[in-house]
Amino acid sequence: MIEARDVSVSIGPKRILQDVSFEARPGEVTAIVGPNGSGKTTFLKALSGDLTAEGAIRLNGRDLREMKPWQTAGLRAVLPQATTLSFPFTVREIVRLGIVNGRSGALAGEDERLPERALARVDLEGFAGRFYQELSGGEQQRVQLARVLCQVWAPVLDGEPRWLFLDEPVSSLDIKHQLVIMKIARDFATRGGGVVAILHDLNLTSMFADQVTVMSRGGWPRPVHRLRCSPTISSTGCSSAG
Amino acid sequence: MEMLQRIFAVGAPSEVADGDRSARARATIGVLALALVVVALFSLTSGASDASAWDVVVGWMFSGEAADAALSARDRIIVYDIRLPRVILGILIGAALAVSGAVMQGLFRNPLADPGLVGVSSGAGLGAITMIVLGSTVLAPVTALLGIYALPLAAFGGGLVTTLVLYRVATRRGQTSIATMLLAGIALGAMAGAFSGVLVYLADDRQLRDLTFWGLGSLAGATWTKIAAAGPIIVLALVGAPFMARGLNAMALGEATAHHLGVPVQRFKNIAIVAVAAATGASVAVSGGIGFVGIVVPHLLRLLIGPDHRFLLPASALLGASLLLLADAVSRTIVAPAELPIGIVTAAVGAPFFLWILLRRRGILDL
Repeated sequence: MIEARDVSVSIGPKRILQDVSFEARPGEVTAIVGPNGSGKTTFLKALSGDLTAEGAIRLNGRDLREMKPWQTAGLRAVLPQATTLSFPFTVREIVRLGIVNGRSGALAGEDERLPERALARVDLEGFAGRFYQELSGGEQQRVQLARVLCQVWAPVLDGEPRWLFLDEPVSSLDIKHQLVIMKIARDFATRGGGVVAILHDLNLTSMFADQVTVMSRGGWPRPVHRLRCSPTISSTGCSSAG
Repeated sequence: MEMLQRIFAVGAPSEVADGDRSARARATIGVLALALVVVALFSLTSGASDASAWDVVVGWMFSGEAADAALSARDRIIVYDIRLPRVILGILIGAALAVSGAVMQGLFRNPLADPGLVGVSSGAGLGAITMIVLGSTVLAPVTALLGIYALPLAAFGGGLVTTLVLYRVATRRGQTSIATMLLAGIALGAMAGAFSGVLVYLADDRQLRDLTFWGLGSLAGATWTKIAAAGPIIVLALVGAPFMARGLNAMALGEATAHHLGVPVQRFKNIAIVAVAAATGASVAVSGGIGFVGIVVPHLLRLLIGPDHRFLLPASALLGASLLLLADAVSRTIVAPAELPIGIVTAAVGAPFFLWILLRRRGILDL
């Protein structure tokens, strides 16, 4: 369970978020939608612990501010919008970085084979030996997703649900791979994990999200609207629940 | 030099099928360790006096009484008190320069970051010059308190301040601007140079001569005292380096992602900066400004075994040590019986290599 109460974020003198409240449950895909500049990415950064935020954020019941970076890394993985690389790593070396602290949750001794399995899931079989910097933008994004998947390979570990935070995971992908990625998110939630994803495509959102949070530009402080969707019904089937 | 050529040949275009270069990296580290042993033995046994140096080394290694008896006292002094400290100091300094280069490049996420290029060495130099010139007058209490550690600690302080300022200036929200970093490095280097100039102006004749030779970079005058002064600091930084490997690998994806992967980014950066400043400072204090080792060695190794810091850091230490010993051998023999400061040798080889890196990068960008 992720709970955020009255979260505000300022960068310098500028207030970017004001009093945002939010909830996400394990077993669900929670989508955050809204126009550019409405603070979606900032909010996801607050949830990830990248920015210091006012207000309370609880990750599986624990105060995020009191958790050490390596503790949060065992509970949630974050896919950023884009990742640039400073050195010529191979794809396999990048994906391997996701296996942190031996908390992938894969069976004993399987960690070494995990990069290949994660790459196969994002439809990049045979890419392990390629250099990351030579791939297209969409391929790079899927490599990063494979890395993120390795970090929380088991959606539930030690009885605790784990989380995927995805910032526009399909922005540079073709339609086929948009579906591949969203199905991975869906599957992660079905197996007991939780997914929080910033999405722009309302069609995809209505296909895959269990819960939708709309953020609007300006107008803070204002309560966040929540829409409840059934994952199989189109967007017209949504009913306002908040 | 032959080894260099082989590294170029192997390193250029090859690529492993499944992207796992760890086996190759481990093998390379083994070869480099072996090479270092060979180069160190070569350094111990070569020089102006080589009559029975080999016997000394054999006697030392196998502690055989028979071999020991055959040695003249003069040969033993040459090997134990002149060459051995020089070889040990060369290994320490070469490893320190190469590893601090690799750590700094990982920290700044840029293959061109090098303590020598971005003013850290100049800052450390300012600290050292301050201690050399003022150590017996204004700073006499400090010298009395710290003894032989006064000089390396002063250099460490100078390097630390420079690195911190550089990082503050060049990094905004986890993104390091390369242009800002290099330009700020020039500015900081010039500032340190200006202050150093003032101190040189104050120096007396004996200090001036010390400063001149020290400034060119040299392993000459290596003594057990110098090793005792700089050794512990360098060894501490070298031993700590492998623990930074995971953090540096994560940092390659950016500071935010490193945080997502569980790295305590701010603390990690502080530790890395202190380690770089310590290793650079201690090296500069005893051997002056020896340039380009920190940029050439990690770059060659990235071509050969990839950028994974778990292997890059130990390999850099080994190759840095070997190359510096070879450079020292060249500096001792090329104008024998006189000797060239080693800084001139590393600059003469390293500067063209640096230009080659730039051209190669441009080539990639232009394609």
